[in-house]
Amino acid sequence: MKNKKPEVVGAFDTKHIAKLANLILSDQEVDTFTLQLVSILNYIEHLNKADTNSVDATYNVSPNKNETRKDTASVCLTQDEALQNSTNTKNGQFVTKGVFKSE
Amino acid sequence: MNDPTSLSLTQTIDGLAKKSFSESDLNKAYGDRIKKLNPGLNAFLEVKENSKGIPAGIKDLIAVKDMQMTCGSKILEGYTAPYNATVINKLIDNNVSFIGKTNLDEFAMGSSGENSAYGSAKNPWDKNKVPGGSSSGSAAAVAADLCTFALGTDTGGSIRQPASLCGVVGLKPSYGRVSRYGAQAMASSLDQIGPLTKTVADARKVLEWISGPDAYDSNCVKSYFKSTKRLKDLKGITIGIPKLKNQKGSDAGLDIGVLGVMEKAYQKLKELGAEIREIDLPHTEYALAVYYIVMSSEVSSNLARYDGIRFGSTREKFGDEPKRRIMLGTFALSTGYFDDYFIKAAKVRTLVKQDFEKAFEKCDVIVGPVSPTVAWNLGEKISDPLTMYLSDVYTIPASLAGIPGLSVPCGFANDLPVGLQILGKYLDEDTILSVGELYENATDWHKQKPRLQAPERSNGGQAKL
Repeated sequence: MKNKKPEVVGAFDTKHIAKLANLILSDQEVDTFTLQLVSILNYIEHLNKADTNSVDATYNVSPNKNETRKDTASVCLTQDEALQNSTNTKNGQFVTKGVFKSE
Repeated sequence: MNDPTSLSLTQTIDGLAKKSFSESDLNKAYGDRIKKLNPGLNAFLEVKENSKGIPAGIKDLIAVKDMQMTCGSKILEGYTAPYNATVINKLIDNNVSFIGKTNLDEFAMGSSGENSAYGSAKNPWDKNKVPGGSSSGSAAAVAADLCTFALGTDTGGSIRQPASLCGVVGLKPSYGRVSRYGAQAMASSLDQIGPLTKTVADARKVLEWISGPDAYDSNCVKSYFKSTKRLKDLKGITIGIPKLKNQKGSDAGLDIGVLGVMEKAYQKLKELGAEIREIDLPHTEYALAVYYIVMSSEVSSNLARYDGIRFGSTREKFGDEPKRRIMLGTFALSTGYFDDYFIKAAKVRTLVKQDFEKAFEKCDVIVGPVSPTVAWNLGEKISDPLTMYLSDVYTIPASLAGIPGLSVPCGFANDLPVGLQILGKYLDEDTILSVGELYENATDWHKQKPRLQAPERSNGGQAKL
């Protein structure tokens, strides 16, 4: 990623990113966030100076390997507790948006 | 009877054992003080009167059954936690009760406390100043003696930085030291729960209570923290001090007043017998940039759960800072940019971690400032996110490396508290706590308290300035 700066930042499409992030923004928000995010991304560009040619990525610093447990039921929330913070329930279940109707 | 609200946690435990006061006296004293002072400080978002236990404040993104958990966000207004976080159950086992949920930057995103959707907490040393963040209410509540101790969370400095700005002790344990089950996830490879306390001994005590393995958090290490070290002096301890350089990227700049306080603190450590050694952390200049990619990416994933179906409102209730970080992370993970941003940042993270591993071959702990400045004016940085981010430049490197960090009061600049940061090797909280405690015992910064007065008239929890 040598000196890709101008086009990467120039290509920052706030509306597209907001759609990917499932956020609805006002026009005013699009303008403000674009300025702020481009300034943050410009700052981040200086990562390019770090030589990472023979470096592995670090995603987690815990020494633990994959953790598994027996596939058995254990204590969990009751149905009432699980539903207590939802505003839209029916017959003891969450009401969700229809998958096929939404488009 | 002395006012028990002025006592540290360890003194409180002693006082209860000796029956100098009862649990009911203790809770009443704190409850009265909260009634008087919280309207001016906005440290607590919810207060619960108890008559039993040792009263603690809990950051309002850690679940306490049947109490609210707003995460400082309108999206969770009215949410009631249906279960206890693991740390809460561990505290209950140690006779702790919960006097309130403390204010915070929305979803723990912020360095000033001002991103709370419920109004910023105020700095008890000067109510026109920020308390720091994101554990703003926890730090303000401990500094103002509104609880015996508090829990916060630290992803990039959110325990250490407000502790520094409010003049209390703050400990970010090593990554994996404490279970995060029941804490709202912000950035899963960085988040850690830890204490904000009146003394270093208190922080040690709370860490002993809350550490340990948990089947509900697979990143937890399998051991419990048990303190075995009590140093008489610092002879034989080598303290590393990073070379100060005018890094591009940290040009928020170390305040000259803070630098002066630091130099006196280093001198004191030397007088206590420590050998001081200059060390080099060449990649820390990249840490902030790495952090904002890694953290935002994890945020965008963790906050995808807010869909308004199972709990919480719909996504338009997010405030500006969560929206910014969700978008930044979504961008860093999106097709075409993933390798250049997320993978690149994850690689540079390795270099930052290796810097510390190399440095710790030459020293036992690393010390420096927690924050480049003392508390700033409310509103001063709120419209410029990048300037706000730069205030975490000294706390973020340790977060990326997963190592423990302690903030200990070490003086004042412009009449506002300054914190000394003590960083240690992975899982070696014992040494940083011992060094911190020796420093604390040799100074009396931690005994100084803000002068507080109740506001003349409160207006529903918001401070009247």
